[in-house]
Amino acid sequence: MYITFEHVYKNFGDFKASDDVSFGIEKGKLVALLGPSGSGKTTLLRMLAGLERQDSGNISINGRVVNDLSVQEREIGFVFQNYALFPYYTVYDNIAYGMKIRKKEKKEIREKVKELLELVGLPGLEDRYPNQLSGGQRQRVAFARALAVDPQVLLLDEPFAAIDAKVRKELRRWLKEMVEKVGITSIFVTHDQDEAVEVADEILVTNAGRVEQMGTPMEIYRNPQTPFVAQFIGESVLLTEFQYTKLKGFSPYENAPNAAIRPEFVKVIPKDENPPYPSVYQEGRVEDAAFGGTSVELSIRVGNLTLKARQPIDEGIIKKGDLVQVMVSRLYVFDRHTAYTLVNAALDSRDMYYI
Amino acid sequence: MQKKKHAAKGVAAKILGSGVLTWVLLLVIWKAGSLFYPPEFLPGPLETWKGAFSLISDGTLAGDVWVSLGRVLKGWVLGVVFAVPVGLCVGCFPWVGRIFEPFLNFFRFVPAIGFITLFLLWFGVGETSKVALIFYAVIFPVMVNTIAGVRSVDTALLEAAESLGARRAKTFFTVILPSAVPHIFTGIRLGLGSAIICIAAAEMLAASEGVGYLIYTSRLYYRTDWIFTGIFTLGLMGLAADKLLRILGKRFLSRFGVR
Repeated sequence: MYITFEHVYKNFGDFKASDDVSFGIEKGKLVALLGPSGSGKTTLLRMLAGLERQDSGNISINGRVVNDLSVQEREIGFVFQNYALFPYYTVYDNIAYGMKIRKKEKKEIREKVKELLELVGLPGLEDRYPNQLSGGQRQRVAFARALAVDPQVLLLDEPFAAIDAKVRKELRRWLKEMVEKVGITSIFVTHDQDEAVEVADEILVTNAGRVEQMGTPMEIYRNPQTPFVAQFIGESVLLTEFQYTKLKGFSPYENAPNAAIRPEFVKVIPKDENPPYPSVYQEGRVEDAAFGGTSVELSIRVGNLTLKARQPIDEGIIKKGDLVQVMVSRLYVFDRHTAYTLVNAALDSRDMYYI
Repeated sequence: MQKKKHAAKGVAAKILGSGVLTWVLLLVIWKAGSLFYPPEFLPGPLETWKGAFSLISDGTLAGDVWVSLGRVLKGWVLGVVFAVPVGLCVGCFPWVGRIFEPFLNFFRFVPAIGFITLFLLWFGVGETSKVALIFYAVIFPVMVNTIAGVRSVDTALLEAAESLGARRAKTFFTVILPSAVPHIFTGIRLGLGSAIICIAAAEMLAASEGVGYLIYTSRLYYRTDWIFTGIFTLGLMGLAADKLLRILGKRFLSRFGVR
């Protein structure tokens, strides 16, 4: 492991920002720290950078315990939430800052700045001031400035939070490409699942100062292991007290009384269509249908449960008040500590058939 | 038609914005008021201009302005040179702050004019007492603003500098000082204002030349028009000096955020 946290604790007064945190990150990976605000993800990043010191536990980078190293000594590139570019310096001086402190030769600095600006796609902007750049451009300059000192690790705190939605998508892809190209171990903090799923190789889900689960986006998405992850990832509907057993194709699982169902697990077809697995479809009524840009968000009453589903716009129009047939393909059930994935019995047996 | 209306609107807004209208209005009221009183009590604009003209043509006014400006400049420059470094120290080192701030918070409420007699006693009736008084008037606004500037530095910038390897001295020169420039500059401008207020008062009490002296002695000759001239001159001096400072600030400090 390139970066490790071992039993790290950190309190701010009564607030537990880190509560026995342990994890490891492999070299060259791009990792997302994902969690709601106040879950302690930024604190983890700041402790790794040396901007905050843990109360106890060990943090090491590349096999070396860095507990007692100051920020200046940790050789870490940090991209701040609002970029924290020096407004009174040009782009050139911002990027050159770390190199000047390391007393590099002028010529070397000039070449490196030029090279970095080309890398981030802003060649020729050396003489601009930060207030003459767009949000996306500032982000790129902040990235170049952090990379200029050849850090061991690149840390990014909510790197896309201050950028408008359209540019954000573009920048996400850009960041992923950039990190792959440079090959630097990188960690970024986000509260946006889409961002984590789209950009990261691995996701570390944090909640209330603890690490809930770590894994690839697919693992986190398909096999949430804790109740928190099951509910946090996706926009789930929650069912309690074994209500999920009223859905066709599911029987009670051990002592897990709660269930989370994501919209994408709910299949909806019009009443007059023939379902592929008639035994597990059941009738429901559309209580609400809201247009959501690329799809229609449905709220469907099935028995005394309300499920959420998402219907692509081109797949026929289902309106409010329509009778429909509904099937839940999978759901997550959980007790207080652990989450399990259940697949609809009809689909499960069919899968076995195939094998 | 529509265009013309817009153009007319634009010109009107410009005139209003330039403050010319305010002055015209003031002149009218002044003139109207002066019709009811003898010129020794309230001279009209024209009488005042005549009085001013006589002061200008014999060189008295220029001499007084020159003397007053010289004093202001000396005290102000000394004050700034003293107050900025002290303010930076107070802002940067908490223990210096603890020593200095009680003094600062007490004396900044004591106006310079309160010290005139004391300074005359200590420094004599010559130039030193006046420059000392201006120095006193200037250091407080400059210090208070400098300290505020240091304390308002964006911590993210400090952390960014540190994560790039900068240590204390380096962060002072590359983050704290440049970030505090707009505040310091505001302090310097306010200091200039205090200096001009203070010089007028000082010259009234103990001086044989200067704009304050002109205002004070004119009463002996019932030359109310000269008093008015002196008042206008003070206003113009302040306005011109501030304007000049702002132009210089905009020209040389704009990258620090001075505007």
